[in-house]
Parts: sequence; C-alpha cells; structure tokens
Amino acid sequence: MHTLFTRCLTWASALLLAASLTGCGYNDFQRLDEQSKSAWSEVLNQYQRRADLIPNIVATVKGEANFEQETLTKVIEARSKATSIQVTPEMVNDPAAMAKFQAAQGEVSSALSRLMVVVEQYPNLKANQAFSDLRVQLEGTENRITVARNRYIQTIQEYNVLQRSFPTNLTAMVFSYPVKANFQVENEAVISAPPAVDFNKK
Amino acid sequence: MSFLARLHPLHHRLAHLAQVGRAVALVWLLGTACALVAAQGVQALPALSARVIDQTGTLDAASKAALETKLAAFEQERGSQVVVLMVATTAPEDIADYTQRLGDAWKIGRPNVGDGVLFVIAKDDRRLRIATAKALEGAIPDLLARRILDQAVTPALRQGDYAGGIAAGVDQILARIRGEELPLPDASQMPRVSGNLNGSDLLIFVAFAVPVVAAVLRGIFGNKLGTLLTGIGAGGLAYLLTAVFWIAIGAGLLGMVAALLMQHLPMSSGTGRGGRSGPWGGGGFGGAGSGGFGGGGGFSSGGGGNFGGGGASGGW
Repeated sequence: MHTLFTRCLTWASALLLAASLTGCGYNDFQRLDEQSKSAWSEVLNQYQRRADLIPNIVATVKGEANFEQETLTKVIEARSKATSIQVTPEMVNDPAAMAKFQAAQGEVSSALSRLMVVVEQYPNLKANQAFSDLRVQLEGTENRITVARNRYIQTIQEYNVLQRSFPTNLTAMVFSYPVKANFQVENEAVISAPPAVDFNKK
Repeated sequence: MSFLARLHPLHHRLAHLAQVGRAVALVWLLGTACALVAAQGVQALPALSARVIDQTGTLDAASKAALETKLAAFEQERGSQVVVLMVATTAPEDIADYTQRLGDAWKIGRPNVGDGVLFVIAKDDRRLRIATAKALEGAIPDLLARRILDQAVTPALRQGDYAGGIAAGVDQILARIRGEELPLPDASQMPRVSGNLNGSDLLIFVAFAVPVVAAVLRGIFGNKLGTLLTGIGAGGLAYLLTAVFWIAIGAGLLGMVAALLMQHLPMSSGTGRGGRSGPWGGGGFGGAGSGGFGGGGGFSSGGGGNFGGGGASGGW
C-alpha cells in the first residue's frame, strides 16, 4: 500500500511538473523560437532567389543597345551590396544586423522597380520573350518574398507577445529569451509623403 | 527602517506589475482595433462550398457541373485538389493578395502532400491568377502558369467565352499535375479524424496516459470508483477532442479492453488490484479513428496546402 501511494505521488508530481512547464509557456517559447528561425530562413531563401535572378535580367537588358546605363548599374550595385551581407538564422536576435539587411534589400527592390519602369520605354525589350519570362519570374519571386515576410512577421509577433505578457515574461527572463527584431517598412519617409503628381510635364 | 527598506522594492515591483498590466491591456485594445480595421479593409472570403464557385453567375449550370465532375474525378484519381473561383472583383486588394488570403484560409491540398491549386478569375477587374501550393510549384512553375493563362485562357475570355476559357485552363493545370510524381490516393482511404488529432496521437494516449491516470485514480479512490472516473474522464476527453459520437462508442469498447488487460498487469505489489470493469466500465478511451471522407458527397479541403506565393497572374 505504501509503495503504491509513493508511486501515485511520483506520477502525480511528474504530471504536475509537465503541466506547469506547459503553463508557464516554456514549450511555447521553444516552438515559436524554432518557428521564427525557419520563417526567417524562408525569407532569406526567397531573397536569395531574387538575387540569383538579377544577373539574368541584367544580361538580357544589356542586350538592348543604348539602354540607360545608370539604372542598370544601380541594380548591379544594390545586388552586390545586399549579397555581401553575411546572413545567419541567428540574425533575428540582432536588431542592428536586421536593419542593415533590410536596408540593403530595400535598395535592391527600389533599383529593380526603377529598372522595370525604364524598360517600358524600350519596345524591343518589352516584346522580347526571354525578358517577359524573366519578368514573370521576378514577379513570382516578389510575391514569395511578401508571403515569407508576412509569415515571419506573424511568428515574431506571436513570440514577442508571449515574451512580453505576464506570466510568460518571467519564463523569458529566467531562460533569457529576448524580444526578436521584426521587419520595418524600408522607406517609411517615402511612403508617408504624399505622392507628387504632375500632369504638365512632357 | 529595515522593514520599510524591504517593503519599498516590493511596492515598486507591484507598481511595475500594474504598469505591465496596463501596457498589456493597451496592446490588446490596439490589437483588437487593428484587427477590426483589417477586417473592414478587405473583402470577406467566400466559404469553400464546392470545387467550382461562381459568385458572378456567369457560368451556366451545365458547364459548372461538368467542371465540378472533372475536378472531383481528378481528385479521386490523383488526389490533388483544384478549386476554381470566379468573383466580380478583388478590390481593394490586388488579385495576388486576395488569392494568397484564400490559399491561407482554405489550405486546399491533401494533408501530408499539400497539393492544391487555386484558379481565381476576377471578372470585372479582368484579372486572373493561378496560385500553386508549394508542393506543386515544381509541377506548375510561375512561367508555366503564366503561359497557361496567356495561351489557353485569356484568348477565350477576350471573346467572352468564360466557360471555354476556364475549362481549357483547368485541363492544362490537370495535365501538368498528372505529369508530377505525387503519391497516389490510397485505395483504403487515409484516416481522418475531425479535430487536429490524428490516429497515432490517440493510440499513444491510450497506451500511456490511460493506464497512468487509471492507476492514480484507483490508488486514490479505490477500484470501482477509480475505474469509473477514469472511464468518464477519458471518454469525456475523447468526446471533447474529436466531438464524434461513434468514436465515443469505439471508446467504450477500447476502454473495456484496456480495463481487462490492466487486470492482468502487475501494476502494484498487491494481488488482484486492477480495474474490474463493471457494467459501466465502458466509456474508456476511444482511439485511432478512421473516418470516411468528411460528409459523403460534399467537398472539403484537405487542409494541407501551403501557399507560398507561387503562381502567376494575368489579365485580358
């Protein structure tokens, strides 16, 4: 009888311990920490896909005689700047590195969209099948980047809410889980300024 | 003095806690407000009621039914789920964002394969999009999706032949999925349990948790009452998790078997300790449910599709 009672007590305390670990959010931190890492890897993956696509786009555009050189150079420069940044899954815990990475990728985005606008002035290029294929691929990649970024943002939000809210913030303190860096809008100043519309030109 | 000194940090901490509480409340309020704004900013998504959903009333019943049968037959044969949605407009969103939201909400595609394709046509916007779940990004790469739209669908749409254009697009999509090496649907049908538990989870639960809980409860309340409580607890849990009545019946049978087995297990030093399954010994735990497909004849999403932004948009 005595041994049975001890046994019961052991089981009960084991269950209680498991329940309390779950209750204080320890397991949630594990889950979300891993989830945010994989979400971040997916973001990197898609940015890499874009970086791989750019040389093809550049090569095709170069084939067009007298294409605006400045736009092209900007794309090439932005790409090499972005790919020179060393990216790791641990970056999510380093806000400064994240900001730098985002700024570099933002530059690539704006250089690319400028290129796509300029291309409109070159009918040969617009009619070029290889170029329109590249364009479709670039569009798909940009979509994937958006989705990956959204998923990352959601995961980080869930993680950070857990990190800050009571009582799980105590767990975060004990096991030292810092707030993770989320995405900022790259060009906040630009998009919050009203667009300049000028119909008189041309 | 020392007492006050000790009290002070505590006081401070309490004030801090109150602050944290206020901050959390504020964040919650803000979050709710943002969610409301977000919900108002975009269109509500239609319910996934069929494989072919036409909100504009453009397709006639015959061509709709033909498409539906084609897609249903394809799912029977290959397992992949393809859904066609025709809406008037996706405004204020771009068709890509709208389709992405659809994909996230519907998650069409088999649970372990994730093979789903969405084909959305926004009639008044004159825009259309094929969105592929990640499992099918290889079968239908973006370029190919674009070619399907440009070469098979939009020429017909330009002439106002919606049914023909959509059917041609669907044919192309199905042909490409057919060329991909995906696991074929199992003839014996995959186990499906409503709720998010699968059969193996339940089996593990039966194997470990029920004996443990039973031993504890019988230790505390004695044989009869302990067994009864275990049965009620596990049965209730089973019903909560699966919410299916026939699982509860299966639960009764399994519970009886478990109780009988436990009688012969040397769980304790005493002899003869072990659940005697009385008349109410049933209602133990039900496991490993393998259901039919959700509601005969109807269509439901496999829930496995992960849409990562793949696919292409077009216009006419």
